[in-house]
Amino acid sequence: MTEVMEKDGLETARPDTEAVSQIVIENVWKVFGRDPKRVLGKNYRNLSKDEVQEKTGCIIGMRNINLEIKKGEFYILMGLSGSGKSTLIRNLIRLVNPTSGTIKVNGKNLTTMSHEQLLDFRRNNFGMVFQHYGLLPHLTVLDNAAYGLKVKGIPKGERYAKAMTTLETVGLKGWEDYYPGSLSGGMQQRVGLARALANDPEILLMDEPFSGLDPLIRRQMQDELVELQDKLQKTIVFVTHDLHEALKLGDRIAILRNGEVVQIGTPEEIVTQPADDYVQEFVRDASPAKVLTAGSIMEPAKELLYAWEGPKTALTLLNSKKRRAAFVVNKAHELLGVTGIKDLEKLLASEVKHRTIPASAIRKVTSVLPDTILEDLFPIVSQNQYPIPVVDEKNRLQGVVTTDQIFESISPPEEDEAAAEAETETETKAKAKAKSDEGGLV
Amino acid sequence: MINFPDLVTIPLAAWIDAAMSWLLRNMDGFFEVIGFIILQVVLGFEGLFLFVPWFIWIPLIGLAGWKLVGRWRTGLMFMIMLFLIGAFGYWEMAMLTLSLVIASVFFSLLIGIPFGILMARNDRAESILKPILDGMQTMPSFVYLIPALMFFGMGKVPAMFATIIYAVPPVIRLTNVGIRTVDVEAVEASKAFGATSRQVLFDVQLPLAKPSIMVGINQTTMMALAMVVIGSMIGARGLGMEVLLAINRIEVGRGFEAGMTIVFLAIIIDRITYSFSERNKKDLR
Ligand SMILES: Nc1ncnc2c1ncn2[C@@H]1O[C@H](COP(=O)(O)OP(=O)(O)OP(=O)(O)O)[C@@H](O)[C@H]1O
Ligand SMILES: [Mg+2]
Repeated sequence: MTEVMEKDGLETARPDTEAVSQIVIENVWKVFGRDPKRVLGKNYRNLSKDEVQEKTGCIIGMRNINLEIKKGEFYILMGLSGSGKSTLIRNLIRLVNPTSGTIKVNGKNLTTMSHEQLLDFRRNNFGMVFQHYGLLPHLTVLDNAAYGLKVKGIPKGERYAKAMTTLETVGLKGWEDYYPGSLSGGMQQRVGLARALANDPEILLMDEPFSGLDPLIRRQMQDELVELQDKLQKTIVFVTHDLHEALKLGDRIAILRNGEVVQIGTPEEIVTQPADDYVQEFVRDASPAKVLTAGSIMEPAKELLYAWEGPKTALTLLNSKKRRAAFVVNKAHELLGVTGIKDLEKLLASEVKHRTIPASAIRKVTSVLPDTILEDLFPIVSQNQYPIPVVDEKNRLQGVVTTDQIFESISPPEEDEAAAEAETETETKAKAKAKSDEGGLV
Repeated sequence: MINFPDLVTIPLAAWIDAAMSWLLRNMDGFFEVIGFIILQVVLGFEGLFLFVPWFIWIPLIGLAGWKLVGRWRTGLMFMIMLFLIGAFGYWEMAMLTLSLVIASVFFSLLIGIPFGILMARNDRAESILKPILDGMQTMPSFVYLIPALMFFGMGKVPAMFATIIYAVPPVIRLTNVGIRTVDVEAVEASKAFGATSRQVLFDVQLPLAKPSIMVGINQTTMMALAMVVIGSMIGARGLGMEVLLAINRIEVGRGFEAGMTIVFLAIIIDRITYSFSERNKKDLR
């Protein structure tokens, strides 16, 4: 199989199926300002954020938020500036205290905890990474990385040893004795990450950790984070306002507006089924090629040849359906490859009789796993005259993806419905023509 | 011209006098203890400054100028200044004045830094202290001499008391500002890792506010020097008294020499304390 497949083998290891919820947020409100409770009363409760601010001077930071974040999930909070992302993520460790509602982590209610319990909880369960790094400039890189452990009261030797290991994990070996001020932004954020990881917390909170970095470094850090997450399997809550970052990293995305959650979904759901105009606006320049998977757009293969039925049957079938070639599977429905009229005719013309279609008449094809994103299909499409077969881990054929399907699903949603309709009509005609030119394969 | 009606009078002066005499009557022991502590500290510093002879002080301060301020020429300048002070015949007076200043600054910091911290961490404390500090800084310095005189009589202690009160606002103010302007994320980071409020203070807020606090210390020291000179009016022996005498006797030359000595001291103290704040800023960058 191809490289594409191997890469995807890794990605399937992501635990989006594990169902244990780690963080549960219920009916959480945050109102900034004097006497915030009154805003929750029925007089103001249903007014918009601006109206509330005008009438009471209070600012609604979060309005009736309900979220559930699963263990091991990479959860993204996204929204425009002022939509309440930072407020929400700070709520999770009560750096900001909610005005009402409950926050449960591992089943424990954070909102009713005493201050002591809360500090203990922060020390043992969380690591946080900040947009501007939040490092302590008067401490060395090593001391910064060890800070969480110091707060916890872990003796010097042990905490330095641990901090060294995490610094190594983030690629900062050899920088221990420098001061943060002499490091580049990317490296400072690595220190921030090392500090958060040193405690080995279950949950990582990251508030726009890569926003301050330039694009190249940023992409590199994202890739490394993905890699790290594959290894560590933390629960990550990650704030960003960069859609591409969200799509690349997130298992699920919650979109916030004016302190409210407008949509929660997988990257694919967000891009393909935006809940309203606000989300639509967000995902407008998202490339579906980055979120849609082969599995989500594939269709069942129209004609299949069964190896055990023999070459004659296959040839008859192809001729009657006016097809030049088709995929061949065995009894276990495993994909063997593709064979065509010419191959079969050549085979039948030879002396040797075959009860099944022999391997010599079957050409190998490149196949992909169902969760391969469309972007990764492009190189295959470009050097492949057949539709792409989609197989599961056991090489069983699941369906096929044609070039048409790929381009149809990544063409942006049309602004004007009528125009779109007219266009698709002519398009389908053109496509139908192209299809028949292609020789009507499968 | 229409005069302000005589009928409308507010006897504020009388009230304050009454309050003062009440304090004097009832808090006598308290002031005695405070006076005693202040006196011991200043005597300690005096002992130190007069015990170490001039030929050690001069190179020592020269070295400090070179190493701390960063240029050997500054060190040389300091040495020349100190030498001139000695040549004017004011060495002992200068040392007395210096010990008064340093002892006062010591107390000002002892009071000022905790108040600054309180003010930074508590908005209500800030809203109460701010107008008081504003008032203190606009009040003419002589005014502080009056209660000092009443509580402690004549001499070093009242001069120092007035100095401490007069010089304390800058360090309070700049400690407050310093802590409040510490990078929010650094403080949040510390809290996020479960730091107690004490840990946040000592691990993050104070170290990061240090440059600002140092500027406060510099200003407090300069104000203390100015006030100690004025404090001579109520009997603290030192350079101020020399100036005062020179004025009374219209001895321009003597007054000039004493004045120059004060200026030299001011320059040296200013440069050295300023170098501390600069140094810290560099470290934090
Ligand atoms: N301490 C505060 N006092 C008053 N209002 C606040 C406070 N903190 C946040 N807000 C308000 O709450 C709302 C949400 O702010 P928040 O910082 O959570 O937004 P955000 O989504 O993180 O935005 P950004 O992308 O700019 O970081 C904003 O309207 C903001 O003005
Ligand atoms: Mg924010």
